[in-house]
This record gives sequence, structure tokens and C-alpha cells, in this order.
Amino acid sequence: MHPAYSVIMFSTLSGAGYGLLALAALAGASHGPASSFAFGALVMTMGLGLVTIGLLASMFHLGHPERAWRAISQWRSSWLSREGVMALVTYVPAMVFGWLWLDPASPPLAIRIAGLMLALMCALTVVCTAMIYAALPTIRQWRQPLVLPVYLVMAVATGAALLLAIATPYGRGAAVLAGIAVLALLAAAALKLWYWHAIDNQPRDLTIGMATGLPEPVRQWEQAHTARNFVMQEMGYHVGRRHARRLRRIVVVLLGCAAILALPALILGGGISAAVAAVLSAVAALAGTLIERWLFFAEAEHVSSLYYGSARV
Amino acid sequence: MTTLPDTTAPGQAKLGLVIDLDTCVGCQACAVACKEWNTQGYHAPLTDEDPYGADPIGVWLNRVHGYESGEGPTARTVHFPRSCLHCENAACVTVCPTGASYKRESDGIVLVNPDTCIGCKLCSWACPYGAREYDYRDGVMKKCTLCIDRIYNQHLEPEDRQPACVRACPTGARHFGDLGDRDSAVSRLVSERGGYDLLPELGYRPVNKYLPPRSMIEAAPTEPPPALAPIGPGDGSLVENFFAWVDRVL
Repeated sequence: MHPAYSVIMFSTLSGAGYGLLALAALAGASHGPASSFAFGALVMTMGLGLVTIGLLASMFHLGHPERAWRAISQWRSSWLSREGVMALVTYVPAMVFGWLWLDPASPPLAIRIAGLMLALMCALTVVCTAMIYAALPTIRQWRQPLVLPVYLVMAVATGAALLLAIATPYGRGAAVLAGIAVLALLAAAALKLWYWHAIDNQPRDLTIGMATGLPEPVRQWEQAHTARNFVMQEMGYHVGRRHARRLRRIVVVLLGCAAILALPALILGGGISAAVAAVLSAVAALAGTLIERWLFFAEAEHVSSLYYGSARV
Repeated sequence: MTTLPDTTAPGQAKLGLVIDLDTCVGCQACAVACKEWNTQGYHAPLTDEDPYGADPIGVWLNRVHGYESGEGPTARTVHFPRSCLHCENAACVTVCPTGASYKRESDGIVLVNPDTCIGCKLCSWACPYGAREYDYRDGVMKKCTLCIDRIYNQHLEPEDRQPACVRACPTGARHFGDLGDRDSAVSRLVSERGGYDLLPELGYRPVNKYLPPRSMIEAAPTEPPPALAPIGPGDGSLVENFFAWVDRVL
């Protein structure tokens, strides 16, 4: 599948944003108001900013962005529509939680309710994003049970790395946050390795003979058209597969580096060096996620490529 | 509305095509007729970019592939037209976030409303048959309409009220009709000739059917043809000796 940069930016940035908001919401639910207004405001601005930039980026791949509002209408059947609805609805608990969390006088119970609501809505939005891919029967590499957990854990991992980067200079709870970030980053890397193992070891059981219904062996001897077309361009993307092994290693290394860079905060609990390392950790986590999302598209083989000469998918 | 209509009701019309892979000669007339009709009809325009340049790209709703199939004396080449199959379980419809992609209750035709399509391309990802083509210039998805602007068109002569591809086929390899009606000509053709679905294992339940190439086993020679008789010694005439000499010299 052709990796659309706007879609990759969307799922990486909004995933990180929802991860960050969800963790902040859980912190608020357990600890009450934000430790300082500046810290809380920075977390909420960053979280909502990433989510909003991601949503705007996703509109860039539309042929008619001005009609995007129509996409919230078909939530009964379409995961993409559900995702649009959830993304918009999640702004409400995010605003309510932000309002309560930033006010030291807010009753802890109100923050707790709003925080739990926000965390749940963030998780559901990421679930909808993952299901857009996981529900497609046409792409074996996407219709995998591991796609949903990968999207969720990577959202938590990038969100945790970001929250750590913001929290470490304040020295509040940095050790706990660093622990969460390290665990989530390692879990993300492990899940990705498991996912790659799963797609590599699953047989490519659809053949060009099954696609055409003709007696095997079937081989394309004449292309339907001499020039490229949309189907070849969108579904028949091959560039990434040549470098797939190296890029997979880079993803795992970046996630591993992000975990290592979170360790100073875990050990020291704060300070300049821990803060700098935490920022680098967030950068490494986001870079790793961007490459992972690009690979997720580039490695995906679409059934329709059988009609264009692929022997099996 | 992107929920699918119930197509299990008895007598439910399922308009579609039956394509005979035995008689298709791969002339591309159906593809050209489709492009010609639809670039000025429901989906107008079917944009071509750089049409006469080095790197043309354009929207076509029907493509004719060529495949080699089988081995040995029964091996053959097959011309394979490919367009929307108007599936009963059309995932391209249910994934659409706006309701622009829909399946008609009255006849089962799958259409895209070009005024509400946002061009997200998700329907094309959901189609295993590669039947939908995105118009980069128009920003919306295009697909086979079964020529709804022909088949119900009272301004056309009755024989022209069928899809442009069917009307254009010079070998009669394309048939249009109601596959929901068990007694229709197309349904009888499917049962007589063993018409089949493409990729039934994916569960899309396509309406369009393909008729397999007729078996070539009977037609194939059971023993190799006799070798050509060698040319025997000539009659020794002067002319023959002359040509024999020319043959040797050359």
C-alpha cells in the first residue's frame, strides 16, 4: 500500500496526543489537581495540539477536505466515521478535564470522573483508528489481531515519553512516569517484533489463480494497460519492502533508545541531564513510531495486486 | 446510507454482467466503449492526465488483462476483463464514512455519489478486485455504474438499453441481465456453463459471474501429428539437378 504521509502523520501525532492526554487524565484521577498551572497547561496544550494537528493532517489526503464534516454520518457501519465522531466527542471530556485539573480548588472526585472519562474516550478513539485497518479483509498484513494492541501500546508509549519530557524539569513524579514510559516503550517494541513474526510466518494463501478462477499455474502475460493507474500506484507499492528488514531494526533500536533515555529520569528522578535525556527519549519514540507507521503501509500487500501479476499475497 | 440493503428477499433484482472468458478476444472494445460513454455520463469526466505525454495516467472503469493458464496441451491464454462486480456484501459501501458509496435497493447497483464523496480512498482499499479508480483531478472515487444512464434510458432504442461494454463487444462475450432472477438468460447461462465468482473465499458475494474457458482437453490432439514426409530422391531431371546444385552451393 502506498504510504500517504498525511495519514502516517495523523496516526503518529494523534496517537501520541491521545496517549499523553490519557496518561495525564489517569494522573489527575489518582493525584488530583495538576502540581502547577504551567505544567498542566503545557501537558493539555501539547496533547490537544498534537491531536488537532494530526486530525488536520489527515484531511490533507482527502480529495475534498471541505466535505470532511460528512464523514461523521456513517458511524453505524464505518470505522473511519466512528473515528471521526470519537475524535470530535473526545474534545468535550478533554476540555472539562483540563478546566478541572488546572484549578487547584477542584474537588478530586470531579477530576477523577472527568479523568477516567477522558482516558476511556482517548482509548476508544485509538481503537477506532486501528480498526480502520484491522477490519479490511483485503490486506493480510492489516487484518491481524495484533494491530489493535500495537496501536494502543504505541499511543501509550509515545504519550508516556512526551509526558516524561514535560514532567522531568518539574521533578514531579518523574521516576514513576519514567517507569511507565520504559515499560510501554519495551512493550511496544516487543509487540512489533511479535507482529512482524506473525505476518512473516503466515502463508500467502491467495493466489493469482484464485483471483482469476483459472486453472493453475496462472501468469500475467499481458498488462491491461501500458501506463500506470490508480490501482497500481495505491495498492502496488513496492519501494519499502526492499528495505523492510533494515527499517524494522531501526524501529526497534529507536524504541530501545527511547527506553534507555528514560532511565536517567527513573534513576535520578529529575535534574538537567535527566530532563534533556527525557526530551531525546520522546523524539526517539516519535521517530520510531513514524517509521513503524510508514512500514505498516509499505509492507501491506493488497489482494488486487494479484490482477497485476503478483503470484500470491 | 452505507448499510447494505437486504438482498436475500425472493425476487430481489441483482443486475450484473456475465463475462465469457472463452470467447473474449481481448480487443479492448469494451474498455474503450466504457471510457467513451462514462467520460460524458454519470461520472463525467473520467480524467486523463498527460494523455499524449510520456507518463499518462487516467481513470478507466473497465480493464482487460491477459493471463496464461494451465500447462501442457491444455495451456492457453485468457483475456480477462475486470470491472466492478456489484457485490452483495460490498465492503466498499460499508467502510464509506460519508454515505457517498451506496448499493441500490431496487437493482443492487453499487454507486458513488460524486457530490458527497470526500475522496478518502478507503473504499478502494476495501475492494479486493481493484475495481475502483480514484480521479486525482476530480478528487472523488469513480467506478462502474453498470451504465445506469443507459439501461433505464427511455430515449435510447431498446437494444441500446444495456451497458456500453456489452453493446460494444464484437464476440458477444459480455452479457447483461438480472442475476437475481433464476430464469433470466444470464442466470441460465451461468448454470449451463458453470459460471463462477471471483475470490469467493473473501465473502464479498459478487453479482457478476465469469464463464470459464471451455475445456481444451477434447480439442487437444491425443497423439502428436505425423511428421512431415521427408523429401525423397528426385526424378533426376535437369531442372531438379540444377536446384539440388543451387541448394548445395547456397
